[in-house]
Amino acid sequence: MLIFERSRPGRRNSGQMPAAPGAAGAIPERYLRTKPPLLPEASELDVVRHYTGLSHKNYSIDTHFYPLGSCTMKYNPRASNALAMLPQFLARHPAAPDDTGQGFLACLFELQEMLRAMSGMAQVSLAPMAGAQGEFAGVAMIRAYHDSRGDAARREILVPDAAHGTNPASAVMCGYAVREIATDTDGNVDTAALKVAVGPRTAGLMLTNPSTLGVFERHILEIEKAVHAAGGLLYYDGANLNAILGKVKPGDMGFDVIHINLHKTFSTPHGGGGPGAGPVGVNDRLAPFLPLPLVAESKGEYRLLSEADRPLSIGRLGAQLGNAGVLLRAYVYMRMLGAEGMKRVAEFSTLNANYLMAELRKAGFEIAFPLRRASHEFIVTLKRLKEENGVTALDVAKRLLDKGFHAPTTYFPLLVPECLLIEPTETESKQTLDAFVAAMKEILGEARSVPQLLKTAPHATPVRRLDEVRAAREPDLTWKPVNSER
Amino acid sequence: MMIPENLKYTRSHEWVKTEADGTVSVGVTFHAQEQLGDVVFIQNPEVGRQVKRGEECGVIESVKAAADIYAPLSGEVVAANQEVADKPERVNQDPYAAWMFRIKPDRPAELAALLDAAAYQKLAESEKH
Repeated sequence: MLIFERSRPGRRNSGQMPAAPGAAGAIPERYLRTKPPLLPEASELDVVRHYTGLSHKNYSIDTHFYPLGSCTMKYNPRASNALAMLPQFLARHPAAPDDTGQGFLACLFELQEMLRAMSGMAQVSLAPMAGAQGEFAGVAMIRAYHDSRGDAARREILVPDAAHGTNPASAVMCGYAVREIATDTDGNVDTAALKVAVGPRTAGLMLTNPSTLGVFERHILEIEKAVHAAGGLLYYDGANLNAILGKVKPGDMGFDVIHINLHKTFSTPHGGGGPGAGPVGVNDRLAPFLPLPLVAESKGEYRLLSEADRPLSIGRLGAQLGNAGVLLRAYVYMRMLGAEGMKRVAEFSTLNANYLMAELRKAGFEIAFPLRRASHEFIVTLKRLKEENGVTALDVAKRLLDKGFHAPTTYFPLLVPECLLIEPTETESKQTLDAFVAAMKEILGEARSVPQLLKTAPHATPVRRLDEVRAAREPDLTWKPVNSER
Repeated sequence: MMIPENLKYTRSHEWVKTEADGTVSVGVTFHAQEQLGDVVFIQNPEVGRQVKRGEECGVIESVKAAADIYAPLSGEVVAANQEVADKPERVNQDPYAAWMFRIKPDRPAELAALLDAAAYQKLAESEKH
């Protein structure tokens, strides 16, 4: 039921309190509405019950294990949020002068410095407001670099076929053509194919490491040499940073530019519909092109840098400096973790992934890259189950909902048929992982004995199997009143 | 697996049919639609566009995945099938009738470089196992 359907004419917030007429103030009469807008009319209690009820039907990290691969759905400490919500931060106007916001700017400056140290890059800008905007800024800097050298022949960005779909999209947004590089049977970039593709037309290569296949790219140094020797630049997609935090620095792998999803690794929930933050880090040769504003420090005073300081900057990505709330949460979280805690994030996220992978293999599941150690996530392929019992990855995912687990990512990456991409994250206990394995084992048994139970799952959720095909073919996204008189 | 003998095929799972007027119709194979699942969206190239062999020129989306459609031959796009774009389920119902677009080939010799039914069957089977 929608809040619109709970609407009753004349019902309002104030309940038994006298209704206060709205004050239109100084708005000239010709601009005033003659009819009320078509909005639901509900009491405060109606609204609270409606949305609280919806939240109870939801699966969330606060209520369920959420092993959604590639999304790093870990638990984010309440403390990060509480401190980012201090009234001194909340009430600060984003356009307030630098000298009245020294505390706020000091936090952001230190965040820049911590991200710099963690990534091994020379400079960091906090300006991008999402992962995709970070990618856009990163590729725009690659372009600005080649343009600044008059190197106009570089028209292509190389992207491995295992990449997130945002990589080719960002390259195209920046005016580049995309050339896809194949993956070899071990889940690494096919270096022979790379060496054929790379050349004087190559502007850069975009790489996620560990990759979306959940493995660390073994040939990273060879790839770095090949791309740099051809005059191209290396872009690091920080999507899977959680696995290498405090262990390996993208700067040490030879990357020229990196974006970091703070809303994955650093204490803002991912997949919540935003806002996010996608800071970019660069080495010295790309530093002049960083997006503005940057936070600078001199003799204990902080200020925002502008075009006058950085004339070669690719510019601004929004009216203000990033999403302040997300940046502050990341700052608090990183301060709480410290360098030692960051290493433990990487160690426990990989330990959990490898434990879960080993247990699921024991339970009879087929691992897509059985010879590789998992990074923070791994892939199960249900190809055989589909051939033998007609049960698909989608059916298993739906049945997991009945067992009280959010489903893993399905059908991504596209390279592996009938796949589940499973990322437990470092914040889950062994007991939770064992319960998940037990549920998966039950489902495997059901798939063999009562496959129909899986084909029609879920059975215990507020809604049953949704018709995804019809939803995509005939999207109906706007509520329309049945018989509106307005 | 359904692979008609009278068609030519690409490694990227398009089928190619030579029409009586010398143009070629392009669609996706039974194997391709089976792998994709229920197709929900098709974007065809614009009529009049010059395409090169192997160039991305369309998009096909299912509930599971999105895939590019590649031009099997170089030439001019002379027709796009609006009916299939409006009813993408046609690709699942009858993949070899649901042509997506037609090309007037610049170099008809390129046709010989495409796979025949036997070669395509081998390719599709190797991907299945």
